[in-house]
Amino acid sequence: MATVSYLQAIRDAMAEEMRRDPDVVVMGEDVAELGGAFLATEGLLAEFGAERVVDTPISESLLVGAGVGAAVAGLRPIVEMQFADFISCGFDQVVNMAATTRYRHGGRAKVPMVIRGPGGAGVHGSIFHSQDVEAWFTRVPGLKVLAPATAYDAKGLLKSAIRDDDPVIFLEHKRLYRRVKGELPDEDFTVPIGRAATRRRGGDLLVVTYGGALEWSLDAADRLAREAHVEAEVLDLRSLLPFDLEAVLEAVSRINRVLLVQEDRLTGGVMAEIAARIAEDAFDQLDAPIARVAAADTPTPFHPALEQFVLPSAEKIAARAQQLLAW
Amino acid sequence: MERDLELYYWLLLVRHFERRVERLHAKNQIVGSVYSGLGQEAIVVGCTYGLAREDVIFPLHRDLGAVLVKGVPQRLLMAQLLGKETGLSRGKEGFLHAGDLEQGVFGATSMLASTLPVACGFAFKFKVRRESRVAVAFFGEGASSRGDFHEAANFAGIHKLPVIFVCENNRYAYSTPLSATMAIDDLADRAAGYGFQGLTCNGNDLQDVLEHMERSLQRARDGAGPTLLECKTYRRLGHSDHDRASYRIKEEVPHWESRDPIRLWESYLQIKGYDLPKEKAALEERIKGEIDDAVRFAEECPEPKPEEALADLYATWTPGTPSIVAPESREQPSAEPGQEEAAPTLH
Repeated sequence: MATVSYLQAIRDAMAEEMRRDPDVVVMGEDVAELGGAFLATEGLLAEFGAERVVDTPISESLLVGAGVGAAVAGLRPIVEMQFADFISCGFDQVVNMAATTRYRHGGRAKVPMVIRGPGGAGVHGSIFHSQDVEAWFTRVPGLKVLAPATAYDAKGLLKSAIRDDDPVIFLEHKRLYRRVKGELPDEDFTVPIGRAATRRRGGDLLVVTYGGALEWSLDAADRLAREAHVEAEVLDLRSLLPFDLEAVLEAVSRINRVLLVQEDRLTGGVMAEIAARIAEDAFDQLDAPIARVAAADTPTPFHPALEQFVLPSAEKIAARAQQLLAW
Repeated sequence: MERDLELYYWLLLVRHFERRVERLHAKNQIVGSVYSGLGQEAIVVGCTYGLAREDVIFPLHRDLGAVLVKGVPQRLLMAQLLGKETGLSRGKEGFLHAGDLEQGVFGATSMLASTLPVACGFAFKFKVRRESRVAVAFFGEGASSRGDFHEAANFAGIHKLPVIFVCENNRYAYSTPLSATMAIDDLADRAAGYGFQGLTCNGNDLQDVLEHMERSLQRARDGAGPTLLECKTYRRLGHSDHDRASYRIKEEVPHWESRDPIRLWESYLQIKGYDLPKEKAALEERIKGEIDDAVRFAEECPEPKPEEALADLYATWTPGTPSIVAPESREQPSAEPGQEEAAPTLH
């Protein structure tokens, strides 16, 4: 076991998979010599050489499209978006090319590629370096979308994504890169795609969350336990497409008040779908309306006070939980 | 068959096959839109004929002929056009968006030039794996206005990729004439800005296309890098079946009809001493038999079941089934508040 940061876990996952499988290559802006803007690919060029760690021009559409081509041709490319926001420049290649290639070819093509990049707010990155982009993709059939919140999941899910035969959008959270650390086994491990994880047990309230909102949710749960003697269960989705509906419904069957928490903007977010599925499949289990905590429907503003104002927080989650418990 | 006659066969097959497609479309046996490559046959034949099976082409909507020449069986292609269960996409897409990777054909999307970055990805793999294979991406002068063209050409130039960008400059992007889409005369000039060769050829002259393609292929296989091959031609019909192309300059049409690529090739055959009427009759009879057979085959193929719409989305997950992708059994959640679960090694 070793204590490893979320960022190091991502770096280790790529290095280990590249050692394990010569088809794995990394492509992106500044990924080679520099090792990536956040140093996620640091050391890979020295170990694997310029044919497997490729700096590209600032061309996100090319990056995703070439990733699709290399994948269909037999490689397993990991394509890095310097910031998750920049995937918008390659949007067509993600939703129209990567997501449909297998379907259009009648199941006779596979696209084993990973598009990874840092999303998320809370570091004063302002409008174009803070976006949570998951909901742009969770309604695109053909893609898988992952959002790890722990170092263990960052490594295990990235390994699963690299070994997976479908295109995977792997959304890292830049606020977690160096803050979050975990005890990771020395031996090889993976985390299966499509499975949620229970992070805290409790019978009074169910909090469903993922990504950057997990630590806020856990803080809120601790605060509720301390201040109100309320025990909240916290379920981390980890995988957003597919998501673990079974785990959500199982938890709802035990705990009848549900608070859905996301860092992303409220409207049309991942939790809107989770809410709809709970309402459809488990309405009779609920003792109160489903509640949500999410960012305001605005861009992520620059000034720390403004940013804090639009983003969720442990305080906001705890306050909403109290309202829900009082309903 | 001698090379000259084999090429003649392909030219005639492409034209007759497309004609049959139009008739089947008029009878509603083919739904959606159809796009004619009439007058552009020399480009698809000339740029595909010299390729090996391992080479990969990226055709666009007017390149049905390239798909035939690359080796997709007529029966399979017709089944695809009719949307049958046996077609390339099993009813999920029309002609141009499905590919046949067995024969080295990658299906396009409707976002023009979107396959150029993908062709670069293939070519990148060919290069780093020291494979003597080439990626050939077709696009029009209209599509060259998209950023994907620039991004792909730039990347291909940097890495000297074995890729050939074949521009079918047919003078119209839907209704927009050449003069409104670019400020230069020869699109091939753009190659200089990306550091590789740009060639311009007469897209209606099969001999000229073949010679230029041969040079481009040799260069790609020698590791000398990409080529932008501009084939100048003319779109003889509208953008698609529903477009009457009333925006065109009247005099253009007869001018370009007189430069028909098949008639040009026939003059060449006559100069070479072939008995043209005899050869033509024999080939057309053979072609009619082949296309009749393909249509009969496709008509008899079963329609896809409606639920086929739900298949082939993922290699490792079927939506509507439990979300867990990996086959492992569910792990027990951690009982310790706030802690990461003690996850076992899975796999």
